[in-house]
Amino acid sequence: MTSSAHALADVLAAEGGGEEGGFQAPSIAEFYPPAIFEFSVLGIDFEITRIILIFWLATAAMLVFLVLAARNASVVPGKLQYIGESGYSLVRDGMARDVIGPKGLPFAPFLASLFFFILFNNFMSIFPFAQISPNSKFAIPLVLAVIVWVLYNYIGIREQGAARYFKDAAIPPGVPIGALILVTPIELLQVFVIRPFTLAVRLFANMFAGHMLLVVFSLGGVYLLTAGGIFPLFGAASFLMALVMTFFELLVIVLQAYVFTVLTATYLNGAVEPAH
Amino acid sequence: MNIRAAESANPLLPPVGEIVIGTITFAIAFFVLAKFVWPRFEQVFRARREAIEGGIERAEAMQAEAQAALEQYRAQLAEARTEAAQIRDQARAEGQQILEELRAQAQEESARIVARGEEQLATSRQQVVNELRGQIGRLAVDLAGRVVGESLEDQARRSGTVDRFLDQLDGMAGTSADGRGGATGSSVYAPQGDR
Repeated sequence: MTSSAHALADVLAAEGGGEEGGFQAPSIAEFYPPAIFEFSVLGIDFEITRIILIFWLATAAMLVFLVLAARNASVVPGKLQYIGESGYSLVRDGMARDVIGPKGLPFAPFLASLFFFILFNNFMSIFPFAQISPNSKFAIPLVLAVIVWVLYNYIGIREQGAARYFKDAAIPPGVPIGALILVTPIELLQVFVIRPFTLAVRLFANMFAGHMLLVVFSLGGVYLLTAGGIFPLFGAASFLMALVMTFFELLVIVLQAYVFTVLTATYLNGAVEPAH
Repeated sequence: MNIRAAESANPLLPPVGEIVIGTITFAIAFFVLAKFVWPRFEQVFRARREAIEGGIERAEAMQAEAQAALEQYRAQLAEARTEAAQIRDQARAEGQQILEELRAQAQEESARIVARGEEQLATSRQQVVNELRGQIGRLAVDLAGRVVGESLEDQARRSGTVDRFLDQLDGMAGTSADGRGGATGSSVYAPQGDR
């Protein structure tokens, strides 16, 4: 936690300026670190910030880990291969095959990529010296959600035909005609807007809130330690809480990666098989 | 974007640059994984499944073989049993037959023996009867001849007869003890039979 405190102390120092007297609560500025490198292509501004570097490092670490695990893969697995394989078969069997169904296996590579990508990036939120997940930037979950949205709509159209797919989405079978006034807008909104939006926001908000929680306890601890009187005692409690929340965060990291992938599989299931 | 500007930024409105970076990064990651990692894992899974299935198949083949051997063994055992039963039945039947034959033979034998005995008895009886009949006839003739013969004989022989009779009596007196007198007598009268 101290590394987080150090990292954020810089931000606070830059931000706080002369207001040394009171506690500076972490703000949304946490997620907008200064750009290390800036450039512009085709009128789009690119800012390579600390978070983007973490994003790339986490993704690279994932690729290195999995490529090493898969290289020299044999029938009797080594430790590294076993870990990689377990993750892959969790997604392949538990989601692609069991959630999507018999047509699900072709989606296993995509789902597994999604899972590991989110997992490693989530993990950066408690990784020492990084302490912030790229997924707490809305852009990354949004990109993933949009890819999922495009994929399941494409698959739905390809598997069921455009007319059938949109008709089933707008008019779910088995709904009385009178109720359609209510159901049709909700269903359309749900399939084409709410699904990708919630998918992205769920992941983003979890990572965002987790980071905020950790920062609050860490910075609070630092502040209380230096506050004098009996406050260092509360500072210690605050650090303890930060530690506890770190473990909680670990749970959230895995859970959110899992949930994102399972929901993707569920949407793909709806696209592959006609509504019944 | 400086920090002051970030203060007012909406976290749900990400800058386009970040979206592009995120898209490209995920695309690269997916490409690498889909090309170098997941196929290798799939390959390993397949190899493993084949190894397991091969083992199962081998075990099944072995089991089938064992089953076949057992069936064969059982069939042979059953065959042997029926054969033994057959042989036993046959032996019993043969023994019965032999017994029957022996019994029949014995009966035949005894019947034959009895028949022969009866035959022999009948023959000897016949013989005795014949002999007796001859002797009785002869004796009767002899006696009759003796009673009346003397008078009937011609004169020429009459003289001789008395003498002979006397001789005979003399002879008989010597041999009468053994009962051959009769036989001697008959031999004496043989010329009469020629007559």
